[in-house]
Amino acid sequence: MEVPEGLKYTKEHEWARIERDRVVVGITDFAQEELGDVVFVELPEPGTAVAAEGTFGVVESVKAVSDLYCPVSGTVIEVNTDLEDHPELVNDSPYEDGWMIVIEPSNSAEFNELLSAADYRYYLENEAGS
Amino acid sequence: MTPDTGSKRTPLYDVHCQLHARIIPFGGWDMPVSYSGIIEEHLRVRSHAGLFDVSHMGEVEIHGPQAEAAVQYLTLNDVRDLQDFQLQYSALCNESGGLIDDITIGRLAADRFLLIINAGNIDKDVAWIEQHLPTGAEATNLSDDKALLALQGPAAETILQRLTTAALPTLGYYCATTARVAGVEVLISRLGYTGEDGFELMVDGQHAVALWQAMMEAGQPETILPVGLGARDTLRLEARYLLYGVDMDESNTPLEVGLNWLTKLDKGPFIGRDALIRAKAEGVRQRLVGFVLKDRGIARAHYRVMDGETPIGMVTSGTMSPSLEQAIGTAFVPRAYSKIGSEFAIEVRHHAVPAEVVRAPFVPRRVKRS
Repeated sequence: MEVPEGLKYTKEHEWARIERDRVVVGITDFAQEELGDVVFVELPEPGTAVAAEGTFGVVESVKAVSDLYCPVSGTVIEVNTDLEDHPELVNDSPYEDGWMIVIEPSNSAEFNELLSAADYRYYLENEAGS
Repeated sequence: MTPDTGSKRTPLYDVHCQLHARIIPFGGWDMPVSYSGIIEEHLRVRSHAGLFDVSHMGEVEIHGPQAEAAVQYLTLNDVRDLQDFQLQYSALCNESGGLIDDITIGRLAADRFLLIINAGNIDKDVAWIEQHLPTGAEATNLSDDKALLALQGPAAETILQRLTTAALPTLGYYCATTARVAGVEVLISRLGYTGEDGFELMVDGQHAVALWQAMMEAGQPETILPVGLGARDTLRLEARYLLYGVDMDESNTPLEVGLNWLTKLDKGPFIGRDALIRAKAEGVRQRLVGFVLKDRGIARAHYRVMDGETPIGMVTSGTMSPSLEQAIGTAFVPRAYSKIGSEFAIEVRHHAVPAEVVRAPFVPRRVKRS
């Protein structure tokens, strides 16, 4: 199970990474493994306002539908349109090619409150149930 | 050993764990939902072969001088059509014509019939059968003693033939034979739930592991994979087979779900017949149809079927078809919307996705034709 250093994490298994003051968001290796084959990703339009801990989209595997939760508040400025035709990128490359949205954050303090890689690893081992 | 979940386990449970299967509760059982991934397993069954543990299914034998009369009275299809070692798809209904279960019946002898029933319905079906048996017929629940393995896919015959001297090329669709497979006594039936050619092998539980291992080894040249309930569900939906408890339950008649072809209203008395004759005369209000989505999205069970702002029905099964790479599903809709080519929308979260009724099955069935 990959949990790269330098990223922040949520208990709902999203990751967030700062790139030039913006926050890139995706789901973790654990999340994609739990979901199985991802066959559909529904993402918001650029310009959509999102709130921390609110949902920003949906990811569907063959069997299940799961909500995607926003790590930080702000405005969506870019979405990964490659996922429309290649949702399997979420399985193959959850931290790179499988990224989902870029947010212009409205409150930079929120990012720092997210779980560190060590916190998230601890959470997976002790609380996430597998 | 009693598992914490209170769920039952098949004789192959440890084998599934060794194969790192993902285990889920299903119908009171701990069952493998997938091993290497649902899509890979699904496509392997379509292209080569897959092996399924379906030991959670129940088996009931009805025997005695009145066995045929008993089965004839309990079930919808006409068992007088069966010769020894022939099988048929059938169903149990209550007095109101509501479906208790869909089942497979095999005639083992003139006075011995085998009923294969759904895992989640074993207790209910056995109680119902015992309650309605005439004198001269007895029911024996074999469910705890028997394991059932399904070998499915275009390579199934080639693989199984390596392990048995039974003449598989001459074994017809919905026909059975007893045979030794890898040295184990089994009942081989040529049928399945995937739309591909294949076999189900019923065996005493104690031999299930040896039989499983032998078939996995024999299938190596054809790259056989173990297949879980996840792909079993997508395969059966593509082939447009019904799943009890999902596509139908006791609130549905067989006429609504497309099982009219096995409902032999003219065969003589059976439980539910009067109600079904009335239902047929009145005309069914709703039908289960197969649809494809014509825009992005996936329909799922319980999503609403819409005509504009009006809800007109409900999705029972829906998935992204691994073979077609298209969202497919089944839904109950009013008769007026049930013709091939009819259009409506499926409410997928906040938006309406256009859908069209298509001919069944979604993927052509390639079962054995004699």
